[in-house]
Amino acid sequence: MKTIDLSVKIGKLKLKNPILLASGTVGYGNEMSDFIDLNILGGIITKSISLKPRKGNKPQRIVETSAGMLNAIGLANVGLEEFINEKIPFLAKYDVPIICNIAASSIEEYVECVKSLDSENTIKAFEINVSCPNVKEGGLQFGNNLTMVGKITERVRAVTDKTLIIKLSPNVSYISEFAKICKENGADAVSAINTLVGTAFNINTRKPKLSNIFGGLSGPAIKPIALAKVLEIHLSVDIPIIGVGGIMNWQDIIEFMIVGAAAIQLGTLNFIDPTASVSILKGLYNYCSERNIESISKLTGSYILE
Amino acid sequence: MLIISSPVVELSEIQKGIFLQKIKSPEIAKEILPGQFLNIKVSEGFSPLLRRPFSICDVEDDNIFLMFNIFGEGTRILACKHKGDLINILGPLGKGFNFDADFDLAVFIAGGLGAAPFPFLFRKLKNQKNIISFVGGKTKSEVIKYNIPNYSVATEDGSEGFKGNVIELFEQEIKNHLSKKIKIFACGPNGMLKALSDSVKKLNNFGYNLTCEISTESAMACGFGICQGCPIQDANNPDHYHLICKDGPVFNVNDVVL
Repeated sequence: MKTIDLSVKIGKLKLKNPILLASGTVGYGNEMSDFIDLNILGGIITKSISLKPRKGNKPQRIVETSAGMLNAIGLANVGLEEFINEKIPFLAKYDVPIICNIAASSIEEYVECVKSLDSENTIKAFEINVSCPNVKEGGLQFGNNLTMVGKITERVRAVTDKTLIIKLSPNVSYISEFAKICKENGADAVSAINTLVGTAFNINTRKPKLSNIFGGLSGPAIKPIALAKVLEIHLSVDIPIIGVGGIMNWQDIIEFMIVGAAAIQLGTLNFIDPTASVSILKGLYNYCSERNIESISKLTGSYILE
Repeated sequence: MLIISSPVVELSEIQKGIFLQKIKSPEIAKEILPGQFLNIKVSEGFSPLLRRPFSICDVEDDNIFLMFNIFGEGTRILACKHKGDLINILGPLGKGFNFDADFDLAVFIAGGLGAAPFPFLFRKLKNQKNIISFVGGKTKSEVIKYNIPNYSVATEDGSEGFKGNVIELFEQEIKNHLSKKIKIFACGPNGMLKALSDSVKKLNNFGYNLTCEISTESAMACGFGICQGCPIQDANNPDHYHLICKDGPVFNVNDVVL
């Protein structure tokens, strides 16, 4: 077997391979550990944590759509205290970088969450979910507002030296402007993309299928959009990009890396095949080996546009 | 919990529109308990995208049985599988019925396809407990009696048995058994489970001591707790949802709000 270097770097964070499991699709790792050895992964991004526990939305929370699914979970999570006391000790047993995803309804809450978790050695990086309602400003999402995303990045950057990743919303006109403001305010990387806003209605009752009316679309249906957003960022901003959106196999990962992703996240796939990363890693290795690519990181942004 | 590809042995239509699929899966057969479920990938690729949850209908030696009707794309694909075709199964999932508990009389209540989990439960209980069953549907053709013991039928249109819903029939008949230690096992539409819950609470308020377990269902993506897509209100904590896939699908009727 040839030696292929599958490792990649995101800011200060070195990952043994580009495969991260996306926030909200891996819980806090324990369910997933029944299926695979978590140590084979590049990293795990934990379910969004907020300062206080969140009950989440009423049922129905999930709707399947053509080549995708809508979810409106409502950021249900155990809250900071239980996360520290009960979830981190489990994750600490593994030799895999843990990236903590933070959700909040005010800038102060983002800052407080990151501050409280910064001393946890198990957590190697933060991923900030800006697709949350800004309660103070009338519930509009932070992620659609350039100034707010800049402010959140700046304020969180001030309280942590760990790798800081901002997870960008695709529900904007130019995602690259958001990536740019993240970089200017000290972010180490961006994740692109979060889910796309969608809905589905029952034609008999004329009611929405989701209790929340709107949900986030994920799955293979969004992959072309995610690829376009990653490429848009890569063409204009010099910041590491973590590609996410509809990845179902190793070929999708190569495609994301070619258009500019330094690493990727598996999301919806985890629901269908929680063991997928095992065969995907083999696929990545073989692709590189057959083409004499010594280091997978060389694929990042290797597109040929003319 | 396993992810395993197992071959179809046969598909039979037990009554018009209701299919029973026999799958050879010794690994699942060995582990699964009545009331648990399997999340099944009906095609090789990702269309349809998500797995489909099915409660375990029965287990015989190395074989497992699923009961379903053609409801959508997933069940249509499943019904077209031939002998030897592999089906990718994730399971066993969830918490099933607690049938070891102390009771003299088991009461099965099934609404429509809610009959699915009872053949396996019957298999476990048949030489140990007395069982009576109530099966119901809107009309005769919706009532499923497959491997359900000692049953009475209710149809809303009166086309077979008692005219009315299955819970009304249960209320009428249970009066003859209230001196026994009763445990109810129920599966069916949410409206039926809610009516049953009200009925059991009413009887227990009169000083009886019926225990009742219900098998619930929900749309879900993963089936093992990571997607958080299948909440059901915790009756003992207004700030908490149980997950149907992991904490259920079978719950004590007192533990959830329907």
